Amino acid sequence: MMAAAAKALMLRDVRLLLRRRGDALQPALFALLVVVLFALALGAEPTTLAKVAPAVLWLAVLLAGLLALESLFRGDAEDGTLDQWMLAPVPLAWLVLTRTFMHWATSVLPLLIATPFLAELLHLPRVQLPVLLASLALGTPLLSLIGAVVAALTVGMRGSGILVALLALPLYVPVLVFGAGSVAAAAQGLDPNGALLLLGAGLVAALVLAPLAAAAALRIALS
Amino acid sequence: MQPVIRWFHQLGSPPTFDRFAARWAPIAYVLGLLVMAYGLYGALFVVPADYQQGDSFRILYIHVPSAWMSMAIFALMAVYAAIGLIWRIKLCEILAMACAPIGAAFTLITLATGSIWGKPMWGTWWDWDPRLTTELILLFLYLGVMGLYNAIDDRRAAARTAGFLSIVGVALLPVIHWSVTWWNSLHQGQTISLFGKSHMDPSMLPPLWAMVVGTHVWFIGSLLARARADNLKREAGKAWVLKMAGTE
Repeated sequence: MMAAAAKALMLRDVRLLLRRRGDALQPALFALLVVVLFALALGAEPTTLAKVAPAVLWLAVLLAGLLALESLFRGDAEDGTLDQWMLAPVPLAWLVLTRTFMHWATSVLPLLIATPFLAELLHLPRVQLPVLLASLALGTPLLSLIGAVVAALTVGMRGSGILVALLALPLYVPVLVFGAGSVAAAAQGLDPNGALLLLGAGLVAALVLAPLAAAAALRIALS
Repeated sequence: MQPVIRWFHQLGSPPTFDRFAARWAPIAYVLGLLVMAYGLYGALFVVPADYQQGDSFRILYIHVPSAWMSMAIFALMAVYAAIGLIWRIKLCEILAMACAPIGAAFTLITLATGSIWGKPMWGTWWDWDPRLTTELILLFLYLGVMGLYNAIDDRRAAARTAGFLSIVGVALLPVIHWSVTWWNSLHQGQTISLFGKSHMDPSMLPPLWAMVVGTHVWFIGSLLARARADNLKREAGKAWVLKMAGTE
């Protein structure tokens, strides 16, 4: 039953994505613009850019993910799908987890694929690229899971943009510190594994706890 | 039913709480201010100057109690929110939301006093040190709880939603507490402990404990006054409020 529900939900999301293909590119486009703005503001000096590249790329991905957060439950809340989720015979947390995974796969995964190109724009040294990609691969699902809790809390509100940022960004800080920190450690020739392992541990904890918290928040917000 | 338990149950009803808060809030304010005045007098005039820091260390008598309050109030807010969510006690939702502005103020005082002390001692107003950063995040969490509470029109739904955020935010408290142990920090480690030996001269301690007790008692007064105001606002239009206001 749980697998069938997840499959149906995934198929629906894939179908929605195929009907509106442009939507999946928007976060990547936004990240590209952030990178361009940073590069122009910093003066386009390759050595300067290479030094700040990990931080800028992490910020670009984080901000793009923050903007995409709004669409996580918005559509489902407006057409009443969320109410059906509450009545469904499968746990709400499971549906939230599936939806969050699909949202990550459709909005953040394209961003990860674009990251090597963005890194090239900022002259990131090639040796740091694997560490950056590993930290993003571990960090962005974690950001999505934390974001799901915040999105669930604010699901019933209109025009909640700045509030979502105020709620989510403080919770994002540790992920950013360890994510960007792992690449910075690699840049200094230190071992980035410690920070990556902490990100992995955070991801495992969030995989278990965040869907439960988001489900509880959805029940509160929609009751 | 036992009288104590019955009194406790009755306290949950809005009119009873209003009378209780109206009686005890001023008393707690006065007591708290008196104890804090004693503590401040001791801190400024009685305690000798530090052998390394001179007179600058005296700001600790405000900094340390407010830092403890900033974390304790967050924990208390989460406990009230959890009680409100589980047993649907309206008064606990009100109390949880009344905690947020007071805790935010204590967090702000902690950051401000720490920064004023940091300028002569560390040579900088601010440093991206784990303790300072996590305390700043705590301030943002308080502001988030307050913002969420104000953004939703239905007061009970707003209190439950914001209360849930405070429960999620409790995960930050251990990180703040042990941030000086886990990472290399500019901020000093724990020098004062409730149980066991403090790494501070005994002559410096009594005013500090007075400040700690004083801020707690003052907080109780502030909490009761704020909760009473919110309680009256929610109950506005009910017969007992109209009767009290003399407009019935």
